[in-house]
Amino acid sequence: MKKNSMIIPMPLRYLINIVLFAAFLYIGNTLISGGTISKYYSGVISSIGISIILAVSLNIATGYLGQLPLGHAGFMALGAYTSALIMKAAAGSLAVFPVALFAGGLVAAIFGLLIGIPALRLKGDYLAILTLGFGEIIRVVLLNIDNVLGFKLTNGAAGLQKIPKTTTFLITFICVGVTCFVIHTMMKSRHGRAILSIRENEIAAESCGINTTYYKTLGFVVSAFFAGVAGGLYAGNIGILNPSAFGFMKSIEILVMVVLGGMGSMLGSVVSASVLTALPELLRSFSTYRMVVYSLVLVVVMIFVPSGLMGTYDFSLNGLLDKLIIKLKGGKGGGGKAPLNEKEGNVNE
Amino acid sequence: MSLVLSQLINGLQSGSIYALIALGYSMVYGIILLLNFAHGDVIMVGAYISWLIMTQISNPILAITLAILACTILGMTIEKVAYAPLRSSPRLSLLITAIGISFLLENLAQLIFGAGAQNVPALISGPSLNIAGQHIGFTAMITIVVSVISMIALTFLIQKTKMGKAMRAVSEDMGTAQLMGINVNLTVSFTFAVGSALAGIGSVLYCCAYPQASPTMGAMLGLKAFVAAVLGGIGSIPGAMLGGFCIGIAEAAVSAIGLSVWKDGVVFAILIIVLIFKPTGILGKKINEKV
Repeated sequence: MKKNSMIIPMPLRYLINIVLFAAFLYIGNTLISGGTISKYYSGVISSIGISIILAVSLNIATGYLGQLPLGHAGFMALGAYTSALIMKAAAGSLAVFPVALFAGGLVAAIFGLLIGIPALRLKGDYLAILTLGFGEIIRVVLLNIDNVLGFKLTNGAAGLQKIPKTTTFLITFICVGVTCFVIHTMMKSRHGRAILSIRENEIAAESCGINTTYYKTLGFVVSAFFAGVAGGLYAGNIGILNPSAFGFMKSIEILVMVVLGGMGSMLGSVVSASVLTALPELLRSFSTYRMVVYSLVLVVVMIFVPSGLMGTYDFSLNGLLDKLIIKLKGGKGGGGKAPLNEKEGNVNE
Repeated sequence: MSLVLSQLINGLQSGSIYALIALGYSMVYGIILLLNFAHGDVIMVGAYISWLIMTQISNPILAITLAILACTILGMTIEKVAYAPLRSSPRLSLLITAIGISFLLENLAQLIFGAGAQNVPALISGPSLNIAGQHIGFTAMITIVVSVISMIALTFLIQKTKMGKAMRAVSEDMGTAQLMGINVNLTVSFTFAVGSALAGIGSVLYCCAYPQASPTMGAMLGLKAFVAAVLGGIGSIPGAMLGGFCIGIAEAAVSAIGLSVWKDGVVFAILIIVLIFKPTGILGKKINEKV
């Protein structure tokens, strides 16, 4: 595989992406503040952003690491409650919101570490069960912690109410951008390659000297962190938190997004998270059948396309531009995919 | 003292239901290494069948027979339609399919019967027993007796019959078993049938103890039975029974000391502790991974 197929230099690649992303943010923000997009739809758009963060973060553990955590909603709940409590204490001050989101992510990451170290020593199914149990315990604790503490912290089954609604389009999609960027760069780094090697063959990776427990925990903690951030955004978007919203069902919903998009494809996660969040909102009459269709699609996709709709394919704008330039120049240095495009090719180099 | 005894009987009653369901999980895991998440929902379907027949015809014997039969057929159908095409694909795909089937059944039930719980009329009734001043309910007695009989029958089936031998052979090594002339597909189907029939018995007994059918009843019941299977050692049949009784009694004990809201939390905490310290469970065998 030739490395020199990267025609546009690296800083320019970042610049192109940043400019396009900024333009997207600017257009979206103007449309919403200008009133072209109603408040209801801007809420839907924010929840799409939140789903994207959730799906992309779960994709680290499922797609790149090859594990099956079933407690993602638990991490989301931890982030949501932490961030909501901070925001309530700060009386909805916008300056505190990023701190609250970060704190939510941090709490989720700490719990991810606590559960990850013992959990990731186990293989496959056992890990799935353990994370499932952990997610359920978080829900039970959030439901009953007030009785133990003696004062109202999570407000039990009634839920936390009157959380300042600070989540906006801009904040959500800046978080989406940061999440995708951090995860993308991480997966392109040495650490990311180590994580991918664990997915391909854990025993082979271990015998190559990769500390599998360390890298599995790393992937797991990063995944939990972003789930926590998404939880914080969710709290600010909805305004009410209830432990029952973070059950096993929610974890599965996120898993469906990842599986449907293709395990190990960030683009797949983004697209399926957007579609699966937007569809039931846009088609209200469809919502009774939503979960039936969800589960049917999950089964059918698994039987016929076990690697998901996009497989491990990822889209790269610069990779596309590179190819275009190569074509225009008449095939100079052609052949091979552009490096940003590759998920596994470079491992073999 | 009498409180301890009555809680113990409660624990044994729910424990024997967990044990019956856990056996299904354990057998399926033993043979195709799949956590059959849809198993809990098979129980839900069984409960709805008993409800339907009891409210329409109100014939308990027919209700019990049809519920068990429906569970058996459903279990085999799920295996043929969803799991058999995936036998050679990665285990992750199989597991996700199982989760998908579980949600499909739950949501179909919700669509057909509505989200609310339906009251199942009493399937069995009889006099309660008095032993040394201790009052034992009829359903509790029946539940414990029926599950013990089912477990003995299952042990006999697996240890003494030709089909049981085939099941043990397939779970040991599918490829070799096939070379020895064992019909693997038939054996796997049979395992699902037996496991689902046990789930059917479990669902009838569950309806006797808690006479309600709701679309999501199978999820928590299945998860707890699954914890029981893991606790006892997944793939091990005596382990599943032992695990079921342990979970049932632990739940009853937690309720007895007045912490019933933490019941689910305690069950999953037991699961996590077991998985961390002895992932193979109490009676499970350690399997060495071949490279």
